[in-house]
Amino acid sequence: MSRGASNGASAVRALLGALGLGMAGWISILVLVAAWEGVARSGLVTPFMLPAPSVVLDRVWTDAASGDLLNNLGLTLYRALTGFAIAAAGGIALGVLIARNRAVRWFFDPLISIGFPMPKIAFLPIVVLWFGFHDVSKITMVVFDAIFPVVTATIAGTQAIERELLWSARNLGANERQLLREIVLPAALPQILTGLQVALPIALIVCIVAEMTMGGVGLGGAMITAARFADSPGVFAGITEIAVAGYCIVKGMERLRRRLLVWHQEALAPPTV
Amino acid sequence: MKAAFIRYLPLVLLGLLWEIAPRVGLVSTLALPPLSDVLKAWLRLLEGGDLWSNAAASLYRAGAGLLLSIVIGGALGIVMAWWRPVHVVMSPLVELLYPMPKSALIPVTALWLGFGDGSKILLIFLGCMLPVTLGAYNGARGSDQALVWSARSMGASRLRTLWDVVVPSALPELLNGARTALALSFVLLVSSELIVSRKGFGYLIGFLGEGGVYDAMFAVVLTVAFLGFVADRIYQRLMKRVLQWQE
Repeated sequence: MSRGASNGASAVRALLGALGLGMAGWISILVLVAAWEGVARSGLVTPFMLPAPSVVLDRVWTDAASGDLLNNLGLTLYRALTGFAIAAAGGIALGVLIARNRAVRWFFDPLISIGFPMPKIAFLPIVVLWFGFHDVSKITMVVFDAIFPVVTATIAGTQAIERELLWSARNLGANERQLLREIVLPAALPQILTGLQVALPIALIVCIVAEMTMGGVGLGGAMITAARFADSPGVFAGITEIAVAGYCIVKGMERLRRRLLVWHQEALAPPTV
Repeated sequence: MKAAFIRYLPLVLLGLLWEIAPRVGLVSTLALPPLSDVLKAWLRLLEGGDLWSNAAASLYRAGAGLLLSIVIGGALGIVMAWWRPVHVVMSPLVELLYPMPKSALIPVTALWLGFGDGSKILLIFLGCMLPVTLGAYNGARGSDQALVWSARSMGASRLRTLWDVVVPSALPELLNGARTALALSFVLLVSSELIVSRKGFGYLIGFLGEGGVYDAMFAVVLTVAFLGFVADRIYQRLMKRVLQWQE
């Protein structure tokens, strides 16, 4: 009996650990949610300012049951992740080119060093002007914003490769393509992944802003509609859904990094994002 | 001089392309007003005073929010590293909320504080705090235990040690976190002003865009982008100055 209980407890602990937080972490979050519920019910604040978590969860449940949640979540993820994938592929390619080709470096270096610290979100109305209100403009905006960290990380990673490594590969008869696939990309991978880990939250932030400005279907659009109608449970349900989605995606990326870098000593280093 | 010219030549070429492409009809002047028109619109905006008043509103919001986030976020990070109970309570929350796309806070702060300055300041404070907190926490946690012990053994009080040993050693990473926060503050500022506001850069951009005054809209967009760039450069200078004592 007691053995079964302890088995059960350890299973629960393992499950919670798999979710990325320790036992103490979950207790602290549960206490916070309980406090939120208590404050919301005590009448200290109006339900409009702070709906109780039970009300918010009920709303999330209704959204999920009606299929709205799946629709909105699917579209938001589609836009953010498509943009992210394009930014990743384009950014890595451009970064390698910049690091290995002088002419390309000459052209792009000033653009990157000026473009990186710029708040690119300000270009949103221009992108809308060019591409309209549909998915294309949202995805373009995500790419435009997320590509910079990928490019700079790829450049840094590629330039840091030891020359001896490249020279010996050449000596052994590797051609340019083999050199890229066998040496450059694997050696630069840790830095590239760091760049991707910076770019991923940016992609989500930008996608949600774009949805909020343009309205329509998507988590950001649903949230801004709720805010316009002063539907505060809707707003808080939206932020809960977005927070959970963001958490899962960012944690998934950390997992992916650890899996891709098992061969690398840095696999043990904590991710910086 | 010549090296700088060659280095920035690509920008000049792009500027020329921007001027020529709409003039010869490669792209519509509606989609891309020629650069010279944009500059003229910029001067008009400066003379009319629209740019100044909206810039003042935006900079006030970003500055106040950022200052709050650096002071409170930095203090929280250092206390988390210094005092275990705070760490136990706060770190799961930080862990959970850090990956949240911060733009999701825009409707919430608008719900709480309306469309004015307060909601923007709160948004920037909440959105920019966690990078600073995490930086301060990592920096303070990494402070040399031997230094802490020797300070304590030489009779420094706990508070004195915190201020003289832990805070300086947390500073480099804290300031790095603050740089992320600076970039984030521009993003949150402009997007919240685009979505819900009656003044500020974002509002002006949206207003001009809806009115079809595209040359002026491009001028404001470029102003914001340029300010973001300049702010980052100035911040890097300052950071170097503050951290001069480091090897």
